Amino acid sequence: MPEKQPTADEPHTANEPHAANEPRRAHEPHAAHEPRPAHEPRRAHEPRRAHEPRRAHEPTATEPIRTDGGRVTEATPSIQEIPEADTVIESKDLTVHYGDVQALQPVNVRLPEREVTAIIGPSGCGKSTFLRCLNRMNDMVDAARVGGELRFRGKNVYDGDVDPVALRRRVGMVFQKPNPFPKSIYDNVAYGLKIQGFDGDMDARVEEALRGAALWNEVSDQLDSSGLDLSGGQQQRLCIARAIAPDPEVILMDEPASALDPVATAKVEDLIDELAEQYTVVIVTHNMQQAARISDKTAVFLTGGKLVEFGDTDRIFENPENQRVEDYITGKFG
Amino acid sequence: MTGSERDGRGSDGGGEDEGVRADGGDPFASVGGNIERKQRLGRVFVGICFASTLVGIVALVALIGDVLYEAWGWVTLDFLTYPPSRFIENYYPGGRGAGIYPALVGSILLIALTAVFTMFIGVGAAIYLEEYAAESRLKSFIEANIANLAGVPSIVYGLLGLAVFVRAVGFGESLLAGALTLTLLILPIVIVSAQEALRAVPDSQREAAYGVGATDWEVVRDVVLPAALPGIMTGTILSLSRAIGETAPLIMVGAATSMFVAPVREVGGVPVPDLFGSFAAMPMQIFDWARLPEAEFQHVAAAGIVVLLTVLLLMNVTAILIRNKYETR
Repeated sequence: MPEKQPTADEPHTANEPHAANEPRRAHEPHAAHEPRPAHEPRRAHEPRRAHEPRRAHEPTATEPIRTDGGRVTEATPSIQEIPEADTVIESKDLTVHYGDVQALQPVNVRLPEREVTAIIGPSGCGKSTFLRCLNRMNDMVDAARVGGELRFRGKNVYDGDVDPVALRRRVGMVFQKPNPFPKSIYDNVAYGLKIQGFDGDMDARVEEALRGAALWNEVSDQLDSSGLDLSGGQQQRLCIARAIAPDPEVILMDEPASALDPVATAKVEDLIDELAEQYTVVIVTHNMQQAARISDKTAVFLTGGKLVEFGDTDRIFENPENQRVEDYITGKFG
Repeated sequence: MTGSERDGRGSDGGGEDEGVRADGGDPFASVGGNIERKQRLGRVFVGICFASTLVGIVALVALIGDVLYEAWGWVTLDFLTYPPSRFIENYYPGGRGAGIYPALVGSILLIALTAVFTMFIGVGAAIYLEEYAAESRLKSFIEANIANLAGVPSIVYGLLGLAVFVRAVGFGESLLAGALTLTLLILPIVIVSAQEALRAVPDSQREAAYGVGATDWEVVRDVVLPAALPGIMTGTILSLSRAIGETAPLIMVGAATSMFVAPVREVGGVPVPDLFGSFAAMPMQIFDWARLPEAEFQHVAAAGIVVLLTVLLLMNVTAILIRNKYETR
């Protein structure tokens, strides 16, 4: 597959009008946002509730729109630009090859701070691959080769002087299947702190993390029992507590609710909404209703490992730029 | 039979849409495919498998029964605490006392030393191969050769031990040389079984630890090894119980057939294993008794076998206990 040279600086005029009618808000504290009904599936063409955007960075016509893959005529990506000041993670021409197979076409996107970014797309589209680049989890795969840059707060994490261990202490991760350690609930949460040399009040931090993961009330009297004795949904919240205990900046979630029942899923979704007040959350999901419910921004990958569209979730679900994205979201394929 | 089956099927096809049949007949009568015959075949198969199982159990029971019968009354406290003797009277109850003591201590020390060596070398090699080594042709080559080494006859390891540890390194015909030789003998099995145990640790556990910022070493120490330990211990102890019964390599490295003192020295009042002294081991002591002319020595040999089997069983029980203890959450 020929590598597509991005022509990143070309403004893409077709993208500009969509957000112009949005009111802009100043960067206000997140606690002030109106709560969003968490479990109400928002269908793609449901009328938008006016003035809902809870985040500040609406693109305007003056902001440049990034594009890549200039040779692809039928699906030139439409990528909303996030101001540099609000960017936590920025990928520049990020590519991944597994052996000879290119799993990720050059990805150029900025992920905004303290928002929930959902990554959606059909199976095998590279969304998990992209997510695993963000904390260099792909390093574990011998055959994976990463090209381009991935900047965390401006620093390319694939530079030789970056230890992936240090990166993962800033970028936590929650996995598809709940994977607590076969240790006590307390030790599960404390593990990250322990290996990171935390020497403060461990009990308080464990409680804080368990409260943060909305699990404290259920387990406060059984901290010594095994994490494996919890139900699946509780285990996943325990894993979230383990991820937030060392207080990272970013939390990556790889289909965190796909192995859970609807009730447990709802709890995890509520939790993600709350987490966004403190953390930047990047979540891969193949459940489009879930993406629509919980995320502020959505990135759509399509087959071939191409990031096709990135922008406000509401906009993407109601008025996608790209015909194939619309087909995917409305269930015509995928 | 075939005719009626076909008839049944035919009427079924006609009445398919009428829902449940009301005639009270067997609704499965028309199901073809000789189910009954296949079920019978299945039962015959189970019978053959069960008979195969019996062969092993019967052989074991017969062996143990025979040995116990031969040894009855010969395994006494004196037998466990006295050195061997050439005179059968000494083995009788009320005699001067003779037994297996030096060989028992020798075997236990030998196995303890071997256990230490194999745990470190075997588990180290397995961790390197499973957790660190990149997939490469060299790794496959090494793994294939380790698997092949597991099949090499033990006498060959004895020759190797004689050439390397006894002669080249100069340990002499010592406990240390014997233990190192036995280590080489069981190392391939220990490595392979430890690799299996490490491989059985789900990757999701490793990812969980990496995800909170653990280093490779912390992942191995905190997550992988604790999870794999029961499997590693089981494999190692089972290999050791093979080693404790080995005779051929010990003959080659020159273990004494009959030693009258245990390979233990007093250092400042504390008994320590004499690593560089000569030693006896139970299998060789038993062999020595078995070839003595007096018929009664067959009973002494049987008594030695009982002691050897007891030690072996205790080791296997330990393996099972360890596995059960760590496998419960």
